[in-house]
Amino acid sequence: MCTQHRKSFLISIAACFILAGSAFGQGELRFCLRSEPKTFEPLKVEDEASATIRYLTGGVLVRMNRQTQALEPELAQSWKVSKDGKQIIFKLRSGISFSDGTPFSAEDVAYTVQQLMDPALHSPTGDAFRSGPGNVETKIISPTQISITFPAPVAGLDHQFDQVAIMSAHSPKKEMAVLGPFMVDDYKPGASLLLKRNPNYWKTDEQGRHLPYIDSIRLDIQPNRDVEMLRFKRNELDLINTLDSEYFDKLGAISPQLVHDAGPSLDSEQMWFNEVAKSPLPAYKKAWFRSEAFRRAISEAINREDLSRVVFRGHAQPAVGPVSPANKFWFNAKLKPESYSPDTALKALQAEGFRMENGTLKDKDGNAVVFSIITNSGNKYRERMATMIQDDLQKIGVHVNVVTLDFPSLIERMTQSFDYEAILLGLTNVGLDPNEQMNVWLSSSDNHQWNPSEKAPETAWEAEIDKLMREQASSADPKKRKEAFDRVQEIVFEEAPFIYLVNRNALSAVAANVQGASPVILVPQTYWNVERISLK
Amino acid sequence: MRIGRATTWRGAACAVLLLVAGVSLAANWIAPEGYAKQYREAADAPPSHAHWLGTDEIGRDRFARVLYGTRISLLLAPAAALLSTLMAALIGGLSGYLGGAWSRAAMAVTDLFLSLPWLFLLITVRAVLPLNVSPLFSVLVTFLILGLLGWTSAARVLCATSATLRDSDFVRQARASGIGAVRLFWMHVLPNLKPVLYAQFWISIPAFILSEANLGILGLGVAEPMPSWGSLLKELEGLVSVGEEPWKLVPLILLAIVVTSFQFVLARQEEAAA
Repeated sequence: MCTQHRKSFLISIAACFILAGSAFGQGELRFCLRSEPKTFEPLKVEDEASATIRYLTGGVLVRMNRQTQALEPELAQSWKVSKDGKQIIFKLRSGISFSDGTPFSAEDVAYTVQQLMDPALHSPTGDAFRSGPGNVETKIISPTQISITFPAPVAGLDHQFDQVAIMSAHSPKKEMAVLGPFMVDDYKPGASLLLKRNPNYWKTDEQGRHLPYIDSIRLDIQPNRDVEMLRFKRNELDLINTLDSEYFDKLGAISPQLVHDAGPSLDSEQMWFNEVAKSPLPAYKKAWFRSEAFRRAISEAINREDLSRVVFRGHAQPAVGPVSPANKFWFNAKLKPESYSPDTALKALQAEGFRMENGTLKDKDGNAVVFSIITNSGNKYRERMATMIQDDLQKIGVHVNVVTLDFPSLIERMTQSFDYEAILLGLTNVGLDPNEQMNVWLSSSDNHQWNPSEKAPETAWEAEIDKLMREQASSADPKKRKEAFDRVQEIVFEEAPFIYLVNRNALSAVAANVQGASPVILVPQTYWNVERISLK
Repeated sequence: MRIGRATTWRGAACAVLLLVAGVSLAANWIAPEGYAKQYREAADAPPSHAHWLGTDEIGRDRFARVLYGTRISLLLAPAAALLSTLMAALIGGLSGYLGGAWSRAAMAVTDLFLSLPWLFLLITVRAVLPLNVSPLFSVLVTFLILGLLGWTSAARVLCATSATLRDSDFVRQARASGIGAVRLFWMHVLPNLKPVLYAQFWISIPAFILSEANLGILGLGVAEPMPSWGSLLKELEGLVSVGEEPWKLVPLILLAIVVTSFQFVLARQEEAAA
């Protein structure tokens, strides 16, 4: 009898442990990838789906906390960047193994960095480190200490390692041996991907429990957002990482506790005029588009508040410039969004020789101010914004024709033939550092959209931007870099080569059974702390 | 009894078409604020006294847009149908009458057109058109393209009918009596093609309405802010919302009613042709 009681007691204790464990330990998190991952090799990642896999499986030396935007130690216990911004020394954690049991050491870091900088591999992640000609030098000081020296200063050097998943130099499983919280277990092309918990993951929580809490993650490949939404409503998915404002409101009306608006994201919507000298536009239109007064007047005549409130149902903020207010450090807080003032805009245009005749604005040579805005067909938010801008500009006598084109045709006009007048598109920013925008602001760049690949800066303000961007890129002093980039933002505001419209909010949905998710504005919004997410 | 019921249905279909056309033509009086006015404070609003079918996502009165969109689709689809039928008569009818190499060449061209991937062709045509065109011009261009590309099936039917007529006794007799080829075609062949031409014309109208609607959904065709049934149907893209907002289905229901009415009228034309 006594023995039976003891058995029951032990069984009860064991059951309690299992139940307590189940609050954290079991379960499968399910969400969607919007496209097929192109690669599992972390250094070759350039698409969103592959970046998701890298985030969930890759172990990094340092990680930017998506909530505080501060850099935190991961595989590196500590690190030090030299004053000239060329060298970084990492002190690594010991006793860590890859998912297949291969021990982790400084050799793996050296191997990863060499691969990263190998011109033959042409790693998109490595581009951020290529600041000058020459080779990178890696010096293994001890199994837990490594020094990496770049040929030229790399701005925000330590931050760049947030994207570098460390690969094993010795594992036979190559890139499938990982240091992150999960590892790829099963992949059904076109259908789904199953990630299993990495049994050798090194992290524990404050109570000493091994992370991650959940056993597995099922990623269904589903490009259709309607289907994704329906499946979420049917409890077949636990997360929607980025939600449209329309769906956000509809879902929020039924279950307000499931939707999250984290505020303005890094993404911006903007329009710009064609300022390419060799474009096949008539000379008088080129003169309008190259005039700072014209661009500013158009910018002032656009009601950004309405765009945010109507098109994005209040889930967007009027944009100021190339940096979203969400980017806490780099945003120039002195700048405010262009105020809506059609009267001021009209006066400014009249001061430039434009005049109003029977409701139509004409330039000093009598040409009616008419231009087209192209946007990509199928993007209902951009189509709506263009239609609202058309209506706004009508008030100052400017006639706008809205044209929707398929994306390849639009890109061809934007980058090859330059046969367009104005374009409305969005920019997705993933990183916080201004260096991520180098390819947009340098006048020699292909992505300097309003006037790409200039042989020499065609205007004084573009020359100043070039100088400031290079200055900030070659400096290791965050204060100096900030000053230079603040000035860039001021010039962009004054000259309006891009007319920034809105910053969309980061909207997401998290099912009621998910615990510990705390959506933020930075990618990946809902599962940035995946190792601490659990399921009820 | 069956004939009487069919006549009633045709009468009803004609009445519906006349009513829809009449109301859409009176859009300026029924909805004087127009289709482009944006009531931004009442965007995506449900039906109300001020907006009978609510407003669209940027606050435009949906009822006004349905009226004006119906006018555009109902006026221009018959115009495009007329153009395509005339082209079919010219290419199909004439080649069938001339026969031999003419017929083979015309049918080869027709088959080539039939084999073209329409969607990609239309996307390409749109991409090479000038960008800076007014919304009205975009409407005309859209239906012109539909008319210029939509003659092929009708041309095949007309070619076969015309070939049959060419070998008929009365044509042979007319030819033997010394009537010239042009006069023979104009006076004897073409009048006998009329029933087929009518039928092809009526068939083309709903087909072009649906084609424009498809183009509108793809973001091609009629430019903003001008409405068409295609652009109105784009609102139905978010399938999740349809059940919750049934008033958004009105353009779809109207399109279905109009196309069905055309089919009833068409049946009468086919009977007349027979």
